[in-house]
Amino acid sequence: MGSVVGKPRRRLVRKLSGHVARILVVLLAGGFLGATLVRLAPGYGTNPEELDSRLSAASIQALRQARGANEGLASFYAHYLERLVRGGLGESQTLNEPVRQLLAERFPETLQSVGLGLALGWMAGLALAMAAVMSRTGIAGVAAGLLASILLCVPAAVLALLFVIVQAPGRLVIGLIVFPNIFHYARNLLARAAAMPHVLTARAKGLGNARVLLRHILPVAAPQLLALAGVSVSMAFAAAIPVEVLCDLPGIGQLAWKAAMGRDLPLLVNLTMIVTLITLVANTVADLVAQPRQAGEA
Amino acid sequence: MKLPAISATLLLMGLMSGPLVRAQRGSQLRFSLASDPKTFNPLLVDDDASEAIRYLTGGVLVRLNRETQQLEPDLATSWRVSRAGNSITFTLRRNLRFSDGTPFTAQDVAYTIQRLMDPVLHSPTGDSFRSGPGNVTARIIGKNQITIVFPRPIVGLAKLFDQVGILSAHSPHKEMAVLGPYYVAEYKPGSYLLLERNPNYWKRDGAGNQLPYIESIRISIEENRDIEMLRLMRGEIDFINSLDPDLYDRLARQAPKMAYDAGVSLDSEQMWFNEVPAAPIPAYKKAWFTSTRFRRAVSESINRADLVRVVFRGHAQPAVSWISPANKFWFDAGLHPHPFDRKDALRLLAEDGFHLQNGVLRDRGGHAVEFSVITNGGNMERVHMAAMIQQDLAGIGIRLNVVTLDFPSLIDRITRSFNYEACLLGLVNDGLDPNAQMNVWLSSADNHQWDPDEKTPATAWEAQIDRLMRAQAATLDVKKRKQEVDEVQQIVWREEPFIYLVYKDALAGVSTRLRNVHPVALRPQVYWNIDQLWIAGGRAEGRGWN
Amino acid sequence: MKWVRRGAMAFLVAVFAASMLANFIAPASYAYQFRELPDAAPSSQHWLGTDDLGRDRLSRLLYGTRVSLLLAPAAALVSCALAAAIGGAAGFAGGWLESAVMAATDLVLSLPWLFLLITVRAFLPLNVAPIASVAITFALLGCLGWAAAARVVCADARTLKNSEIALLARATGSGGLRLLWRHMVPNLKPVLYAQFWISIPVFILTEANLSILGLGVAEPLPSWGGLLRELEDLTSFSAQPWLFAPLILLVLTVSCFHVVVREEEMWG
Repeated sequence: MGSVVGKPRRRLVRKLSGHVARILVVLLAGGFLGATLVRLAPGYGTNPEELDSRLSAASIQALRQARGANEGLASFYAHYLERLVRGGLGESQTLNEPVRQLLAERFPETLQSVGLGLALGWMAGLALAMAAVMSRTGIAGVAAGLLASILLCVPAAVLALLFVIVQAPGRLVIGLIVFPNIFHYARNLLARAAAMPHVLTARAKGLGNARVLLRHILPVAAPQLLALAGVSVSMAFAAAIPVEVLCDLPGIGQLAWKAAMGRDLPLLVNLTMIVTLITLVANTVADLVAQPRQAGEA
Repeated sequence: MKLPAISATLLLMGLMSGPLVRAQRGSQLRFSLASDPKTFNPLLVDDDASEAIRYLTGGVLVRLNRETQQLEPDLATSWRVSRAGNSITFTLRRNLRFSDGTPFTAQDVAYTIQRLMDPVLHSPTGDSFRSGPGNVTARIIGKNQITIVFPRPIVGLAKLFDQVGILSAHSPHKEMAVLGPYYVAEYKPGSYLLLERNPNYWKRDGAGNQLPYIESIRISIEENRDIEMLRLMRGEIDFINSLDPDLYDRLARQAPKMAYDAGVSLDSEQMWFNEVPAAPIPAYKKAWFTSTRFRRAVSESINRADLVRVVFRGHAQPAVSWISPANKFWFDAGLHPHPFDRKDALRLLAEDGFHLQNGVLRDRGGHAVEFSVITNGGNMERVHMAAMIQQDLAGIGIRLNVVTLDFPSLIDRITRSFNYEACLLGLVNDGLDPNAQMNVWLSSADNHQWDPDEKTPATAWEAQIDRLMRAQAATLDVKKRKQEVDEVQQIVWREEPFIYLVYKDALAGVSTRLRNVHPVALRPQVYWNIDQLWIAGGRAEGRGWN
Repeated sequence: MKWVRRGAMAFLVAVFAASMLANFIAPASYAYQFRELPDAAPSSQHWLGTDDLGRDRLSRLLYGTRVSLLLAPAAALVSCALAAAIGGAAGFAGGWLESAVMAATDLVLSLPWLFLLITVRAFLPLNVAPIASVAITFALLGCLGWAAAARVVCADARTLKNSEIALLARATGSGGLRLLWRHMVPNLKPVLYAQFWISIPVFILTEANLSILGLGVAEPLPSWGGLLRELEDLTSFSAQPWLFAPLILLVLTVSCFHVVVREEEMWG
């Protein structure tokens, strides 16, 4: 009896550990590539204070060295990984504070904004996409399409500024940025599913809209929608950067912007790895949820 | 609350005690800084945000009055510079304490000077005291008297101490123990700072009440100038120290009582050509850029009056040289901006063998004159100036390409790779004494932007500037120094290694609730008299004021 | 709905013609600074007013349309092609290739590409013509913007591979490539259309934001994105409603494209 239960469980453990290993490898590659991009971009190791006319030549030299301009990429990354193994994340060069502390202070803020943004974007996007597909007159589709187009065309900075002016919570802007993406994909995917022969048959049989949608259309589009759900997480994180900067929300998006402008390598490497990890986990989970269904269908 | 005795001489004090009648306990001043302070160590300050914190928290021996531009006693009641100019003796105020209660003595001054001049610390403030090799010694004469001896004479010595925040030699809180009006009580990086009033601050008003009036200061970190403006209009912050001209204009229209133009500031905007011999640009372009006639011609083709009117909405003035008229003593009033004169520009160019061909300027070798100017993309004023210069130069057949870069990339190009042709940038000037700009004008200096680190002066006029700058640094005779500095200004006007464009006005926006405000052109424009400011009426915590 | 489609078509033709004929119909050069009239309100001389430097806004809008209307769809097409090729190949192949390609896609989604753009700027010559700089920027955007779509395409291709149509096609003996062409490509259309429509405005706006890094349009060339960024100035909301003209034009153009193409018909 035990062996019968144990086998699939062992297989599951093996499958999961495979995923974890893959995530770890990609994560390390992400950290290294991120560090490479930052390190090789011009302006690394510069400091605006170098232009201070009071500084002696020796002090300018000291400034340059302090920013690690002379440290090689490989040695930086080796040091970084060594520290990481011991549990440290290094110290931010621009904010003079341990990265771990900065992240601990700011991550919850971003997690909340991104969560809210995703919820809002998905609810509005999916609901309007369904309405657009199921509506017989097409007016709902045109109206929702127009709304999505407007939100796509307005610069994030303008949306953020509008929210600041009317004193609405800035985090909602993330939802408004995510929404048109969800809407466009979802509408197209649902519309294709709705045009499939078996759906048309079901409709011809006189089944209600809701039943057709739930029983026949959504299941067909589910794998793609799940993949979309995975990537929408990284879309929301990308949107968080301008929104947090413009609305002055103290999250990691704002931190990322400051770090990028200050070429803060330790901070940027950690942020890259966090975003990579979140992207990987979100997409892997989306795949895992989608695949058994497909295997079953096949 | 003590009312001043009824006497004519005390009338002034009566006015000064006014705030106490109306000031409320728990009053909080709010404003924002564009970035986090990089350090709280007063000796390491080198960015605007840290400078702001140092001004608000640091105690200094002498304070430069930002309005009169004269030195005033602060922690030192008096001071005396030796005749040779290489030592200064301070008499200190007695019975003072740091914000944490540690007593203040001459030992703290000696410790501060020792830290300041420590070559390992690389203090920017310390560098301005370095006049030559040798050690600086601090001799404690009594509990309240100290003499600081430098290896060589230093010009404008006393004024330099305006920048030296005194550290405590004994306090366990190190640099967080301060002698200024406020101390840093809370700091959340990237978000806000909270300064509380220093209970041990020494200064009192005429009625004997301890200053400052305002209990605490909340400084938020806010990068976006538009949002900062919105917050001012909503009453969420009390002032903006330096406004962009378009925001100033809008404020002046909507709330004229809140807008202050304190007149021309020390800051200039300028453009220069890359004259580095090893720069990776074609040789024929190097020949253009090193020609004085070419630089003069470009300068005369720029319509500075238009720059002032269009880009700065009139809140600036055409620039002449490296010292602004805001610097009352050192500005050479005999100089006038280069006129906008295309004909003369073309004449100068013709002397160098340039000629116009179908509206395109060509050099002797037939190369069409085209070059790029780099500037930092985040600064709209500079981008706009570059676009206007582009049209101006098209008027003499020159094609200018405007390239905006992020600031680190720009610094990389002008200090390391030298891969640029011309650069448009502003210089922030804090010191009044021209000696502070030694490292811009000496040909061997790193900040000699057009051609840093010259082994020997590349031109006769650079050699002449070297000589004059060294001469003015070696004499204490202010009249003679003024002559020498004037001559440097004239050479710079004539040779134009920097093409000076405009001097910006100091523009500020201040809430009407903030009283006793006299914004000035010198930093920190609005709160230079921070301990005298007070807030009319109260304000409930966390609520805006309309 | 026929007249709506015709109207949309007419509008698109008008916008396209106006931008192509900008040299003839624009009231002024897009670069000329009327320095006596900076930041002016609309007048008979300047229908949409002038910008901060006194340049005629209508002329800038017409020329900006030309730049953005041609280049943004081209870049969007590039990103769609990449998404289709990479996502489609991965989903169709399956197995370790799929997981390797998807891992790379995840990396593309999370790396700080800003620094690549800064590096690219450093390798470009300084005296690059503004139009070349815009073209390079859009090309870069096209090359970097495919990752999110590729993941959805991959999921799509995976489903299709296991679907009845594909089994049927395989059973009837169609070759691998023909099978792909006949059945996969039309079925990927909904995802690719979504990617295409989203990319156009996003690229137009991103291009303008990159001008800070010295990429994208350089002075004095206008672009839609650059004109939209003028809205970021607070005053515009209340005092200068004419600043909304580029936004309205962009929304109308994108919407009219939707109406004309009528995606449903394309795959129905």
